[in-house]
Amino acid sequence: MGLAYILRRLAVMVPVFLIVVTVVFFMIRFAPGGPFDSEKQVPPQILENLNRRYHLDEPLAMQYLRYLGDLARGDLGPSFKHANRTVNEIIAESLPVSVELGLIALVWALLIGITAGGLAALRPNTAWDYVPMTISVLGICLPTFVIGPLLVLVFGLWLQWLPVAGWNAWQDRVLPSLTLGFAYAAYISRLTRGGLMEIRTQDFIRTARAKGLSESQVLLRHSLRGGLLPVVSYLGPALAGIITGALVTETIFNIPGLGRFFIQSALNRDYTVVMGTALLYFTLIFVCNLLVDVVYALLDPRVRYD
Amino acid sequence: MEPILDVRDLKAHFFTRRGVVKAVNGMSFRLHAGETLGIVGESGSGKSVSQMSLLRLLPSPPLKIVGGEAFFRGKDLLRASDAELRAIRGDRISVIFQEPMTSLNPYLRIGAQVVEPLLVHRKMTRAEAWHEAEAALDRVGIPATRNALDAYPHEFSGGMRQRVMIAMALTTRPEVLIADEPTTALDVTVQAQILALLKDIQRETGMAIVLITHDLGVVAGLADRVLVMYGGRVFEEGSAEQVFYASRHPYTMGLLRSTPRLDVDTEVLPSIAGVPPDLARVGEGCPFFERCPVRLPQCSLFPAAREFGSGHVGYCHWKGEGSPWEVPARFVSKG
Amino acid sequence: MTDAMAAGGPVEEREGGVSLWADAWYRLQKNRLAVFGAVFLAVEIVLCLVTPWIAPYEFDAQSLELTLAPPSAGHWLGTDNLGRDLLTRLLYGGRISLTVGLLASLVSVAVGVLYGAIAGFAGGKLDNAMMRFVDVLYAVPFVFLVIILMVYFGKNIYLLFVALGLTQWLTMARIVRGQVMSLRRKEFVEAAISMGVRPWRIVTRHLIPNSLGPVIVYLTLTIPSVVLEEAFLSFLGLGVQAPMASWGTLISSGVEVMEVAPTALIAPAALLSLTLFSLNFLGDGLRDALDPKGAKD
Repeated sequence: MGLAYILRRLAVMVPVFLIVVTVVFFMIRFAPGGPFDSEKQVPPQILENLNRRYHLDEPLAMQYLRYLGDLARGDLGPSFKHANRTVNEIIAESLPVSVELGLIALVWALLIGITAGGLAALRPNTAWDYVPMTISVLGICLPTFVIGPLLVLVFGLWLQWLPVAGWNAWQDRVLPSLTLGFAYAAYISRLTRGGLMEIRTQDFIRTARAKGLSESQVLLRHSLRGGLLPVVSYLGPALAGIITGALVTETIFNIPGLGRFFIQSALNRDYTVVMGTALLYFTLIFVCNLLVDVVYALLDPRVRYD
Repeated sequence: MEPILDVRDLKAHFFTRRGVVKAVNGMSFRLHAGETLGIVGESGSGKSVSQMSLLRLLPSPPLKIVGGEAFFRGKDLLRASDAELRAIRGDRISVIFQEPMTSLNPYLRIGAQVVEPLLVHRKMTRAEAWHEAEAALDRVGIPATRNALDAYPHEFSGGMRQRVMIAMALTTRPEVLIADEPTTALDVTVQAQILALLKDIQRETGMAIVLITHDLGVVAGLADRVLVMYGGRVFEEGSAEQVFYASRHPYTMGLLRSTPRLDVDTEVLPSIAGVPPDLARVGEGCPFFERCPVRLPQCSLFPAAREFGSGHVGYCHWKGEGSPWEVPARFVSKG
Repeated sequence: MTDAMAAGGPVEEREGGVSLWADAWYRLQKNRLAVFGAVFLAVEIVLCLVTPWIAPYEFDAQSLELTLAPPSAGHWLGTDNLGRDLLTRLLYGGRISLTVGLLASLVSVAVGVLYGAIAGFAGGKLDNAMMRFVDVLYAVPFVFLVIILMVYFGKNIYLLFVALGLTQWLTMARIVRGQVMSLRRKEFVEAAISMGVRPWRIVTRHLIPNSLGPVIVYLTLTIPSVVLEEAFLSFLGLGVQAPMASWGTLISSGVEVMEVAPTALIAPAALLSLTLFSLNFLGDGLRDALDPKGAKD
């Protein structure tokens, strides 16, 4: 089962990846205002350097192959604006920070989301249901760049409970990760509640009760598996969202992560960093989606023979 | 002989925003060991609701049992605690449902589901339980290979899934099996197999079966006694012979008469004109009044039971002699 | 349970039939959140439209003696770091945010509806290919694409419309395709085909108009997404550029000065949030109202 399924998914994603990579290549090569823009007047000395470094005198096809080769080795090229740094170096410095932020945010999202949603499903139409669900509407509608500053205002400035910038002590992690994870916690709580409540109306729950199982046995053995499936399939988009949300969160809280660097590079028009980072993000998201699909197939046997 | 299930004047209503739906409005019957009781009726007659409410398997609210008693081996199910009821469900009284497609958990393997009643109700090791499960699957005609136990429900056909349901219900050797339209969702040929299987098992284990169906043919093949329901009430009760060949109720007669027969040439298929009543609006009178060819003035009050002897009971003000329908009843009395 | 419910008799007695739109209007009116949303949006749109006439100050009038002032009689919401009246900037920002939202959504609707209608009507291999393309694109996080586009092609606001619009058309295409596929099987389409009506006419005259329901609903849900994305980009400095302002840029400025002038942050944040709420409530309300399955019990 497993291998064939994974291979089939890869077969779809690999061509897409190649297309994206090729598009990136052409975008770097033909960037207006970029290094290769023929309209720019570049001093001959620099031109020679550029030609040497980027092999611009070679035919396009060769350049493309060289580029693919570099990518295969994981080499994303030099930075545009920072003469003596490579994209890889920049990523190596800032990626771990972002990964940590993202993971903590995901943990918050799952913990708060599943607990709140589960409680709401167990006691529908009571305060346990209305309060979390109303708060979740806020989480879903309010953007990260509104929630973040508001949390900073309340907990950082007015109450002075938590620090508002930097990434040193453990307290620094709290507000940013909460900000980032809040929207996803909200969504997950609704999905959990919906999933569990829908499962409850299914016939096989009636069968389980008819067999003499208690309510908690029914919940744990029969409801959870199917009920949490929507949450699992949401993890794909959630991870992608956390990655994009990190852009804002790192900016607000001044965190030295990849997202903040990406934005700065975008504002500085550092093409190689921008494209290289974007490529990394794309890859990350593809891989995450694949993982999520695999986990989903493990839980729901019906999709395996798709 | 003492009945194992003695239901008296069961009343179960749904309290909804649109009003009170009187799904079961005074049902009484007795079930004896080793006997098959067929409960026949159209959709909305209350046949399913009555049995499901005995085991409290319907969401409550909106369902409320407003009256009656249901003695199972001396214990009133309607007043039992949840814990007591849970001990009975799946152990002494098992249920199989209409939709084998959706009645099994699609996310769990067959084996895991079949052993569940045993694990819940008996002190067995897992190994013992699995052994029993294998035997049960074997009994219902599914070769109990590793493949079968490890398989998921969606890998089986409808007929096989229903067999799995039966196996699951039998592992604990219940005294009563409630079969709620077990063959309605199946092909005719599969239907026959399932019914034969049930009959077989009954002969072997001596368990009683309550067979709920709208299909007269199914009842004719399997039931010892038959209960005819309509609009939440019981209209007629008796042995299969009595009800099919010597019916004394206009509704039953109407039903029988509309059954198509291969050996009679006809151009018009008789039916009972009208539609079933709105259960939110039934009152004290007979729910069949609008559609009944008899319609006596005293029908505004639902009648008490009228005994015809040998356990044949009818609920109608009309005496029950001859036939009130224009075209005579199809089944000819066997004399 | 189902037995009893099935014999419930006629659902409701109403005089004559009720058209889908009239019924939807009736149900929408009863949804208080949706009504609130609609009213709020209406007021907001009117205010933003007449802003040039009613704004108390010029858009970029600075008064450097009065920077970061708290709310007062002269400046209802205070001033920003250059002494500009916040209320004025908020109103002008609203014009930009709402315009971008609306126009980008129209782009996404146009592209999505056309794409979906063609795929749904064509069916077979073309439909398959088109939808696979959509599936693939679904996995791509569009925000990055937009950022990259903005990096490359300058901070052109028209490009912003288009780029944002292109991030949303996928779901619209799917919805329309679904609608078209189910409509296509209906008799009136068969009839039109058999009468020799050209496919293009069928698509534009019959299929698209009949799919309008879900399109409208989804439109009201696309607009907040786009408004949000624009605010997101502007917040990061990659969207609307100075001298123009949108709520996103105002929030960004507000964050910088929030210690000393919290109003500068709270006002645009609140306005953006309320707008998003209203749009979402209205969208939900429309969706519930147009749902042919009837009122929830």
